[in-house]
Amino acid sequence: MDSLSFDLAATPLRDLNRFLHQDAVTQGIKQVTVLHPDGAHNIAVGLSAPVAVDIEGHAGYYAAGMLKHGIVTIHGNAGTGVAENMMSGKVHVKGFASVSAGASAHGGLLVVDGDTSLRCGISLKGGDIVVGGSVGSFSGFMAQAGRMVICGNAGDALGDSLYEAVIYVRGTIKSLGADARIEDMTESDYQAVGELLAAAGYTYDAHEFKRVASAKSLYHWNADANQEY
Amino acid sequence: MNDNEHILKHIAKEGSAGYDRKIMDYIHNAATHGLYEIRGMGAKRAVPNFDDLVLLGASLSRYPLEGYREKCSTKTILGTRFASKPIELEIPITIAGMSFGALSANVKESLGRAATELGTSTTTGDGGMTAEERQSSKTLVYQCLPSRYGFNPDDVRRADAIEIVIGQGAKPGGGGMLLGQKISPRVAKMRTLPEGIDQRSACRHPDWTGPDDLVIKIHELREMTDWEKPIYVKVGATRTFHDVKLAVHAGADVIVVDGMQGGTAATQTCFIEHVGIPTLAALRQAVDALEDLNMKGKVQLIISGGVRTGADVAKALAMGADAVAIGQGVLYALGCNHDAYTLDGVVHSACNDYEQLGTAAGYCHHCHTGRCPVGITTQDEQLAQRLMPDLGAKRLKNYLKTLNMELTTLARACGKQNVHHLEREDLAAMTIEAAAMARLPLAGTDWIPGV
Repeated sequence: MDSLSFDLAATPLRDLNRFLHQDAVTQGIKQVTVLHPDGAHNIAVGLSAPVAVDIEGHAGYYAAGMLKHGIVTIHGNAGTGVAENMMSGKVHVKGFASVSAGASAHGGLLVVDGDTSLRCGISLKGGDIVVGGSVGSFSGFMAQAGRMVICGNAGDALGDSLYEAVIYVRGTIKSLGADARIEDMTESDYQAVGELLAAAGYTYDAHEFKRVASAKSLYHWNADANQEY
Repeated sequence: MNDNEHILKHIAKEGSAGYDRKIMDYIHNAATHGLYEIRGMGAKRAVPNFDDLVLLGASLSRYPLEGYREKCSTKTILGTRFASKPIELEIPITIAGMSFGALSANVKESLGRAATELGTSTTTGDGGMTAEERQSSKTLVYQCLPSRYGFNPDDVRRADAIEIVIGQGAKPGGGGMLLGQKISPRVAKMRTLPEGIDQRSACRHPDWTGPDDLVIKIHELREMTDWEKPIYVKVGATRTFHDVKLAVHAGADVIVVDGMQGGTAATQTCFIEHVGIPTLAALRQAVDALEDLNMKGKVQLIISGGVRTGADVAKALAMGADAVAIGQGVLYALGCNHDAYTLDGVVHSACNDYEQLGTAAGYCHHCHTGRCPVGITTQDEQLAQRLMPDLGAKRLKNYLKTLNMELTTLARACGKQNVHHLEREDLAAMTIEAAAMARLPLAGTDWIPGV
């Protein structure tokens, strides 16, 4: 047996997470299905093993938070902070994601087929995020490293106070945040976007995307910038 | 000189109370540079503090214990509410969170070694957990900060407790600014930032926005650590009564309240001096909140911000704290603001280095420059050698041991065989302000202002 189901209508979340942390690897389980999640919070947080977890419905806050190595697929929508601080592995939200999706992720790939709400990729530290739909305002706020690919549109203040992270947008950008600017795409950008789209399962042409990165004018504190930070 | 000339001469040198030298310097600097001052250290202004309280040693109505003969327990347990592995400390004096980046790796190692030898805990900071720190600290509290620099699940699991930092006493509501000169290659790597840039830390967490969210965030951290580790919540002292209540409702095992005398590596002076309330007032509010919720003793309270001596610790415990955390005092113990440093057993003067910074030993608040003359708040490899872990650990151990001896001797004088038996009844206030803030009777009276 290399797969197992947990029905959260009958089994406490604690049992699921304890199993994922302690027993999944020792028992050789490679695939876990979570039934009736019904928006439960903290599903599969701290998973540090190469286990595939399929959540058959909507997940609440912090689903797959701090993920490492695992592959978590949410066959529904995700609440606040899905894949927050993810280190590696992959999280795929088949529906929509709420605020702060992929916040401060250090590695791995977060794919959201639908839209994400405010602050997607906030404080990103190095992971990759691909959003099939649109992102809300302040996405990429203070993102330090990593890449975001937005297939739809971006809301206000995209990429505000970016450091080295790069954002690729296919649709419209309502407004750019402080220090963010649109730059020319290079061959390496086209290649990166193409690879990320392929990893996420999308067939858009990389040439449809534009690049948003930091103008680096705020890398050193500047009193004359006043409220522009 | 006639009378009129004498009066005119006197008036000519008369200063203004509202525009004294300090405020004039501030205005001149602001006008010249168009910048506010960013500096290290804590508040310099005098505010009511533990010195304004006295302990009431036993006489006839209370029976003292023999100072050098009878034992007084200092064992302290933190995190008994939900965690399956609470923290057990030998003394109620812990080391406050200070980041690698602000401090050198040698200093972090010194803290860990001293804390381990004395059976207490040390705490990480904004820069994440260093290997030296984890290795040298038997009990290490891992901070989950708004910036999330270097935060990762492996380190969370390696920690003994997790402290969710919401605010800091020196700058409640404010983020941080680590100036570029301290972003060395190692610091940059840990923080995922380019070297040498001015690093801004966020003032709020990226993935939760209020107390309702915090409930779920705490659950997340518990779930990912299998409910083993105590969760601390640290707040900067402002609306402490309400903040502590909300932290309790959110599920904290331990609450850390950091008063306005707390230090910082670098932030705006206007924050340090003008935001937040004194530790004395915050401690009283925090205890009020716990008692109001009938959670005193169930949720433990750590107080920090200007705790310097064993007497301060005794008074804090008597007011209702379960433990204290010390940051600035620890730095002084290591040699901060000392006029000399020891390298290879030889004492060297640091006076020229202070002078180059435009300051002098005893007045330095230049942690933000990274040019610490005694090698504490620096990432410069040469300067960092001025405080080697062996010496740092020895000095700090001496300091903490002294505090603990003072604490126990004072507790015994109050008739206590356990420092946690110190109580408000053992205190009186020396000033009306302190009496009002701490809600203690003015010494020699039964008058508590406002009650």
